[in-house]
Amino acid sequence: MLKKLTSAAVALTMTTGLSGPAVAQDLDGTLRIISDMSNPAPREVMEGLAADFDEMHPNLTVELDIVDREAWKSQIRNALSANPPDVVNWYAANRMEPYVDSGLFMDITDWWEAGDFEGLESVKGALTMNDKQWGVPYTYYQWGMYYREDIFNELGLEEPETFEQEIANCEVILESGRKCYAIGTKFLWTAGGWFDYLNMRTNGFDHHMALARGELSWTENEGVRQTFENWRTLIDMGAFIDDHQTYSWQEALPFMVNGEATSYLMGNFVVPQLRDAGLTDDQIDFYQFPAINPDVEMGEDAPTDTFHVASGAQNVEAAREFLKYVTSAEVQTEINGPGGLGQLPINANASVADDEFIQQGFTMLSENATGGIAQFFDRDFPAEMASIGMEGLQEFMVFPDNLDDILARMENARQRIYD
Amino acid sequence: MTTAPEPPAQGWLQRHRMIITPLMFLLPGVAFFAVYVISPIFQSFYISTFEWNGLGSLSEQGEFVGLQNYRELMADRNFEVSLWNNVKWLALYLLAIPGGLFIALFLNQTIRGIRLYKSLFFFPFVISQVVVGLVFSWFYLPNVGLLNVVLGWFGTEVNILGNPDLATYGIIAAGLWPQTAYCMILYLTGLNAVDPEQIEAARLDGAKGPRMLWHVILPQLRPATFIAFVVTIIGALRSFDLISVMTNGGPFGSTRVLSFYMFEKALSEYGFRMGYGSAIAVILFLIMLIFISYFLWTMWRDERGARH
Repeated sequence: MLKKLTSAAVALTMTTGLSGPAVAQDLDGTLRIISDMSNPAPREVMEGLAADFDEMHPNLTVELDIVDREAWKSQIRNALSANPPDVVNWYAANRMEPYVDSGLFMDITDWWEAGDFEGLESVKGALTMNDKQWGVPYTYYQWGMYYREDIFNELGLEEPETFEQEIANCEVILESGRKCYAIGTKFLWTAGGWFDYLNMRTNGFDHHMALARGELSWTENEGVRQTFENWRTLIDMGAFIDDHQTYSWQEALPFMVNGEATSYLMGNFVVPQLRDAGLTDDQIDFYQFPAINPDVEMGEDAPTDTFHVASGAQNVEAAREFLKYVTSAEVQTEINGPGGLGQLPINANASVADDEFIQQGFTMLSENATGGIAQFFDRDFPAEMASIGMEGLQEFMVFPDNLDDILARMENARQRIYD
Repeated sequence: MTTAPEPPAQGWLQRHRMIITPLMFLLPGVAFFAVYVISPIFQSFYISTFEWNGLGSLSEQGEFVGLQNYRELMADRNFEVSLWNNVKWLALYLLAIPGGLFIALFLNQTIRGIRLYKSLFFFPFVISQVVVGLVFSWFYLPNVGLLNVVLGWFGTEVNILGNPDLATYGIIAAGLWPQTAYCMILYLTGLNAVDPEQIEAARLDGAKGPRMLWHVILPQLRPATFIAFVVTIIGALRSFDLISVMTNGGPFGSTRVLSFYMFEKALSEYGFRMGYGSAIAVILFLIMLIFISYFLWTMWRDERGARH
């Protein structure tokens, strides 16, 4: 009986081994993964990944713990300090800094150099810190304007390409008794998205990243003033929904669903929510945030989610194999497909899902993001600067007259944080 | 058979058992209290003199900065806002005591179904603070919240939680709901213990209404008032969950209190400043110490009074 079971398992391994990309090495022991993919669709993807990997390696047991995505943001420090798992989820760029600095993420530069992660060259930068690599990405997604196509048609509007057109569109929308933009700033980061785009379009990607690195002043900076000036134009028009400081980003969705606001500057993860709320693909569409300053190239936000190996990992061999598995072209195609995460695969050899929004995002990022690709306000700026900054941005959106005071505070924080 | 009970040889343990036994009983409690309460207080003092991100060990990753964190606190406007909000909480939360007293007096009668009414009034204290916070934030919602629907009939509206000047009061009002219920139950039990003979005597002397309440009932309710005061002060200082649920400290930090600010700086998503957070914790501790000393002193005085 036992023999039969084992042979069945072996047969299973062989079939999956054929379809799967990994060479079935003899991994044994336990691989412990803590994941933050707690939303329904990502959860299914993660559970599938763990189960398939477990099946591929008969002597290996995969233990998967899924933690609530929001809770994980503060729990990760405890998880990594005491009895760390082998593999964890996190985010790219500056969000890695505290864990890299404290030696809690394992330096996996060797694995990158050994060619483990073929097809990932273009995203290597986001995982690099102090000239070393600290993890691998598994998915990313575009940001941009998601809008009500049917309302645009009704009002005879077209996707704008310049800020003037954007403002002209907005005037028509406001006249029709609607608001132009839905936004909920209770948890602050949504305001960071607006700043990212306005600043990248006004001053360019390089200026924006220099600001994130703390190399530019907030007060003695004509460029940043101009960014806020542009933002203020929209605020003074009444383009944003009222009372946005009271709503989370989900609570602001009904404004768009009910047609009280026409557009939402958001990441691609908004699409399933809009579809679930009953909007069809004929009613929603996407356009790239329009150009403001014709002299700067378009930079885009495309946040990348990642896997890391804890420096205290017990089963490093299995962890390495798992990272290789997750980033392989086939697995990437599968997990980022419409049945999975519905986002963009990070492997250049993977194929992009046949979905209106994913396709548009892919084209935009590969053809029209020549300025550069940023992660996001709270991933590019150091944690404390991000939190103080986003609070200031929210205040600006409610009381634009406080700008001088807000900028002075941010400058104050900059001088303390970066030194 | 009948051995005369010889006085057993008294060992050291035997001789001192009157002292040792209570010490042994106290030991577990004292040990846990020392490890989990007393030593963290001193650790906080110690950590507050470092700049440390809370990851890795303090001795390797931490940088000693002396009193720098406290100096920074003095110039930190967010700290000032949080401190003032704590003062508002302490002052306004005390309204729960008279509120609870009057509901208790009102409910302290024997009519059919009074137990049901008492339970209904006590209900808000039983449900979790998180639920209270959610219910109130729906109540306050702009446009669709009950409050604004009612205000809409009079042609006005107000976004309480979105207004930096009003948000804290809105949260305190939410907190008063369960806290009043708590004080009510304390007074209801207190009223059971009021001596009917004294009331009878007072009535014969012609006392009634407010005079009866002030001179006869209230003095007898002093123990209940003291406990209500203690739990209300403690409740006001722990006002963390309501803030977290209702506004998350916002809009732009206007509803933070010290405990929330400490959490945000040291432990939250973007908070990696253990030293700074500890400095806030130390200040909060010193504020609490004023009240704790007062409570301890009152209890000590009362016990001494009881003994004499």
